[in-house]
Amino acid sequence: MSEKILTVDRLSMRFGGIVAVNELSFAAERRRITALIGPNGAGKTTVFNCITGFYKPTSGAIRLTHDDGAAFALERLNDFRISKQAKVARTFQNIRLFPGMTALENLMVAQHNALMRASGLTFLGLIGAPSWREAEQRAIDLSTLWLKRVGLLERADEAAGNLPYGDQRRLEIARAMCTEPALLCLDEPAAGLNARESGALSELLLSIRGEHGTSILLIEHDMSVVMEISDHVVVMDYGVKIAEGTPQHVRDDPKVIAAYLGADEQEAITVMESGS
Amino acid sequence: MSAPLPAPSHTARTSGAAFILKKAAISALVALLLFSLMIGVRTEAGPEGNLIYWTRFGELASIVAIVFGGSIIIELLRQWIGPVGAERLVPAWLRNLMDFAGRWLAPAMLLFAFLVPVIFYDQRYILDLSILVLTYVMLGWGLNVVVGLAGLLDLGYVAFYAVGAYSYALLAQSGIPYPTFIAEAPFISVDFLQLGNWAFWVLLPVSGLLAALWGVLLGFPVLRLRGDYLAIVTLAFGEIIRLVLINWQSLTGGPNGVTGIPRPTFFGIPLTPADDGLAAKLGIEFSPTHRIVFLFYIILALALLTNWVTIRLRRLPIGRAWEALREDEVACRALGINITATKLTAFATGAMFGGFAGAFFATRQGFISPESFTFQESALVLAIVVLGGMGSQLGVVLAAVAMIGGFELFRGLDQYRMLVFGFAMVLLMIWRPRGLIGHRAPTVFLEKNQTISSDLVKEGHG
Repeated sequence: MSEKILTVDRLSMRFGGIVAVNELSFAAERRRITALIGPNGAGKTTVFNCITGFYKPTSGAIRLTHDDGAAFALERLNDFRISKQAKVARTFQNIRLFPGMTALENLMVAQHNALMRASGLTFLGLIGAPSWREAEQRAIDLSTLWLKRVGLLERADEAAGNLPYGDQRRLEIARAMCTEPALLCLDEPAAGLNARESGALSELLLSIRGEHGTSILLIEHDMSVVMEISDHVVVMDYGVKIAEGTPQHVRDDPKVIAAYLGADEQEAITVMESGS
Repeated sequence: MSAPLPAPSHTARTSGAAFILKKAAISALVALLLFSLMIGVRTEAGPEGNLIYWTRFGELASIVAIVFGGSIIIELLRQWIGPVGAERLVPAWLRNLMDFAGRWLAPAMLLFAFLVPVIFYDQRYILDLSILVLTYVMLGWGLNVVVGLAGLLDLGYVAFYAVGAYSYALLAQSGIPYPTFIAEAPFISVDFLQLGNWAFWVLLPVSGLLAALWGVLLGFPVLRLRGDYLAIVTLAFGEIIRLVLINWQSLTGGPNGVTGIPRPTFFGIPLTPADDGLAAKLGIEFSPTHRIVFLFYIILALALLTNWVTIRLRRLPIGRAWEALREDEVACRALGINITATKLTAFATGAMFGGFAGAFFATRQGFISPESFTFQESALVLAIVVLGGMGSQLGVVLAAVAMIGGFELFRGLDQYRMLVFGFAMVLLMIWRPRGLIGHRAPTVFLEKNQTISSDLVKEGHG
């Protein structure tokens, strides 16, 4: 069994003449939190979109290996199959919940594929077969469990669009977890959260890694979150990897500091340290 | 050191006479432009076919004067009453009554629907009208799956109605084809299974399935389109089906349509005055009303079946996926939902109900022609869904009753009927832009089943 859950090998993505990602290689370890950081426009979200099937990479390979050894070539899988078969779940930089559905319904939609099988492709469900009812109850129980874990149990029956911003962020993570993923990809989960909320988010992510054993790949700008929870950090700038290593190691790398704040290293060091 | 504050302006609250006059003058000018040709000049063909015209400036002047005066009166009224919230306009007791009515409306309407043939047994006109209303309720419920739940704008729904109607009509006349083997050359030949008195009951599901098949066939190429593009292609599909029906004379009879479509039987027993008819078997006197009542209950049962299936489907994963698709397609993809399959099932389900309704239409009329399946029908059904509130089952019923029944109500106004109708729709869209019943009921809940405001629910973008 490989210790690497995700291996990205010389991944390139071009949009016309623009090279968004250039020959990027990195790996994410199993049951670890890997952070992908870099200044705005470094190509982080493009990498995410390639991994989760929203873009077809121009070249390169993305390998995902499950606990049982099953391997998937993500660059060749079709969009929805990446979630359905390879078990990669993601959240979005600008939250994408189903605003007109309740928090509970959002989590039920996430269990679509399991429920479709249980409902006998709808026919068993239409006649109300007992096996379907049990499966539905199990799905409700799983949703309830996740609502409890993200602290939204008492808002289960409220429309997702009505929840406060921080709650929506956590609900989106809960929804991704309801697909029972092997790899959870989070695109800036702490964006727009205050200090207390991002603290709670860090705890949530650590518990997802610790208790569920789910590997996490994270894009984040909030350095306090990255430094606190990441096991491994990959730094990108202009589509290429400029550094990689533990949070401590990356924070002291002059190339990283230069990328973040231009050439003025002294100022950059101050900022990076204030974040830790 | 501060500059003197400008004098507080009163024009914001109560506009002066100048403002009112200006507004009235603009309205009058618009009226003048609009009506100068429509009313100011009257043209007619002369005795030798030449054009004769005369002017009617008197009428034009009076219309413009009415608009001018009316605009002043409306503006004065507005300033006198001021902005009014719903709380002041609708007293509390009336709102309580409406809440109460809202809870009992659906069961009351259902009970009433069952009793219609009993109450109006002697009024053939009302029975016919109720059958028509129920047909549109069923079509509305069918289209609601596509437009209201899945958020796919379908302007060609009538195509599936037509497929259902023609499937029934043609198969009932020819019988169901099946291959047989013969001794000579091609060794295979087509025979037809005659269905006799069971034609309707056997072909009803067949028509629905054929319509669903066409829904899938249409769906495959067009479902990668979104929003306006999807609407245009479905519109074209509706027209293509109609044009094929007109031009494929050898099969469909072209513009002459199909005549002599078999009537439904009471599960094999015909409703005729003959000796083997239902009336003779029951020992009661034959009356043509029996068949009307029977047709009424068939369409009521079909409509209720549509409703029941839709309500069940909403609570199943497929229905939730439809609604999720309407809310956010990208999020659905990220959750591993097969978008194409989900859209296709929505299309096929909607089309199937359209096909059932079509088969019923054919058997009720006994005659169908392509003229019954014009774009106007699609537009009418879509209007019922949108006016009712997209995704709301009760809303569709209310809208169908209002649109079809209301249309009949204003028959006395003959040519102004469309005007009243359009005016009512504009008013409704101002007061209830999300339809009569705009809120959404959750499909599953833990503690309390609270409805979701229409502001949050998306319409879908194809």
